[in-house]
Amino acid sequence: MTAETAVRTGRSAREDIPPERGRGAGLPAAGFLTPFLLLYVLFIIGPALYGLLMSFFDTSAVKPGLSSFAGLGNYAEALQSADFWSSLWHTIWFTILTTPPLIIVAFGLALLADRVKHGRWFFRLAFFAPYILPSAVVALIWIWLYTPGLGLLETGLGKLGITAPAWLGDPDWAMPSLALTTLWWTLGFNFVLYLAGLQEINRDLYEAASMDGASPWQQIRSITIPMLGRTTTLVAVLQVIASLKVFDQMYLMTSGGPNFATRSILQYVYDEGFTNFRIGYASAVSMLFFLVVLGVSAVWFALIRRQEKEV
Amino acid sequence: MTLTRRALLGGAAATAALGLTGCAGLTPGRRGGGSLDYWNLFGGGDGVRMTQMLDTFRAANRGVDLDAVTLAWGNPYYTKLSLATLGEKPPDVAVAHLTRMKTMVQAGLVEELLPEDLARHGLTADKFAPRPWQAGLVDGRTYAIPLDTHPFVMFYNTDICGKAGLLDPSGALAPLDTPEKFTDALRKAKDITKAYGGVVAVTNETATPWRIYQSLYSQLGGEMLADQGRKVVIDDDRAGRVLTFLQSLTRSGLAPPSIDYQGAIATFANGQAGFYFQGEWEISTFQTAKLPFSMTLFPNVFGGGRYAVQADSHTLLIPRQPDRDPERIDRALLFIRSMLDQSRTWAEGGHVPAWLPFRDSADYKAMTPQSNYATAADAAVYDPEGWYSGSGSNFEIVTGSIIASVMAGQQSPASAIAQIRDKLTNLATTAPPV
Repeated sequence: MTAETAVRTGRSAREDIPPERGRGAGLPAAGFLTPFLLLYVLFIIGPALYGLLMSFFDTSAVKPGLSSFAGLGNYAEALQSADFWSSLWHTIWFTILTTPPLIIVAFGLALLADRVKHGRWFFRLAFFAPYILPSAVVALIWIWLYTPGLGLLETGLGKLGITAPAWLGDPDWAMPSLALTTLWWTLGFNFVLYLAGLQEINRDLYEAASMDGASPWQQIRSITIPMLGRTTTLVAVLQVIASLKVFDQMYLMTSGGPNFATRSILQYVYDEGFTNFRIGYASAVSMLFFLVVLGVSAVWFALIRRQEKEV
Repeated sequence: MTLTRRALLGGAAATAALGLTGCAGLTPGRRGGGSLDYWNLFGGGDGVRMTQMLDTFRAANRGVDLDAVTLAWGNPYYTKLSLATLGEKPPDVAVAHLTRMKTMVQAGLVEELLPEDLARHGLTADKFAPRPWQAGLVDGRTYAIPLDTHPFVMFYNTDICGKAGLLDPSGALAPLDTPEKFTDALRKAKDITKAYGGVVAVTNETATPWRIYQSLYSQLGGEMLADQGRKVVIDDDRAGRVLTFLQSLTRSGLAPPSIDYQGAIATFANGQAGFYFQGEWEISTFQTAKLPFSMTLFPNVFGGGRYAVQADSHTLLIPRQPDRDPERIDRALLFIRSMLDQSRTWAEGGHVPAWLPFRDSADYKAMTPQSNYATAADAAVYDPEGWYSGSGSNFEIVTGSIIASVMAGQQSPASAIAQIRDKLTNLATTAPPV
């Protein structure tokens, strides 16, 4: 998110602001930025560096100070731990399960909402509304829907003659169930981005295409999808990063179960750091996870660079 | 939530005060001489009763400004308590489970309660039920005052059990003290309910599967950890018997294999099961639901002559103070004594009081169904000692999730035992952070 802001401000400084005004803005700009930078250093950079430091120590949550020096011991322990790898895989599996539907369904719904002539506001609101709910409310709603024996989904499917799985109780179904919840919950954000993208496409293009006899499907394939390329890149990368950061849904709906089948890497960090008081080790795992997210972000920057050259 | 907002506002106020006036020594949350900060983890019916008890204390001690904070049970609670104490902003009194209190003592986060201070408030060993008092000592020293024992118990629907012919003429349930009798009772209840015989929370649960397993496993004399948690001593044969038995209940359809905490309550409250297994604290839920039910000791299925049941105790302790202040400690003990004196209110929530002046009274004996299972406190088996063990700990999460997978029919007892041993060994061989 921060990187995105930086890129945007960087671009607008280059393109939009006339150079003579840009030059004189140095001091006031610094003044405006100071409160943000101060908070950023205090609450992001500072703790991150302290976390890096702690990852080399056997720091405990119930003892003051850093405790004894561990060198790379915490990192070695994490890389050899089956729990570390399985929880990392759960996070990646969740990302794989959520990212494609969250892009494709959001795109589809935006396309439909864009075509609606009357009451477009209603569809926008309807698809966006779940996104503003806090995770605890979403978890509560879906726990009720998934409740074995009494839940709406099981009862509903039962009426259709389908035996519902134990949504959150079966290790194979728990993750897809969480992904479904997440799809409903966070779809709205991508939907709005796509809707904005659609409204920026020049209507003349469609007019010209239909005069040339292009079918609606051809128009979508040859105009809409290519013109939304940048939006799709943005949506995809934001989505991958958001999915990698998953914690709330598992923590609230399955506590990482059944039998650890949905414990995400962040919950592993939480379990080790806050439950087991092993802050040093938990910091090391966080740093390893940070590298993964950093890798994903690097791919994004590479993609953006390429697109900007093309445009 | 309360803590976050309070801490935030307190922190902001302190910062503002420091910035504006340079006022030194201002500690947020402590207003003048007679204040008392108290942290607890009681929600639901317990929360309501605790509030009543606090009001009684306030009315009797108008000079003390009591500020009570309720936080969610489980790991977050102990993390916050530890961090607040480390950060030298501890509450004056806090509730802690007996099994979690010991780790805090080892970390040096708890004030020792000196015999002379305790005696001044009449808090002597002879006034407490021996089991929770003894279990709470660390190296023979007192760090926490037990308020109660909360054992795992059996709830039964008196209508269903009556129709199933399980009650004797006086209305009492015949003892289910062998696996056969237990299974048979569930089957008879199932014939009446047409749904299930008994119900116990499995899905998205760790503590409940651990509690039922530990009760049965201790009846066989089994131990999980030894040497302060540094060794895993799970016994394949005994654990196998218990897990096979638990799996047989769900496999035969006598109990649902996939049901969460709320679902289990609903199943019993709706009369779809004759038996429900949980800690006694759910008493208020079924009283509110006006269900015809009673409660008794969790059956001695495997024990024969020896009875054992999983339990824990709520204790009251004084977190380590930055500089030990005799007055604050005295005020805290006054508060603790007041809580004990109100054991009657507390016992309504199902907990077996640790305070003998009330527990031995006719008043308590007349309280039913609460006094039916009072002897569970003497047979209480606490979670094994170890830095990663105790109520809501990683130990309970690890063992409970794996036991749940057996009850849900997703794993065989043998592979579950191997998995438990593997995961616990990982914890046992990790250098303790305390």
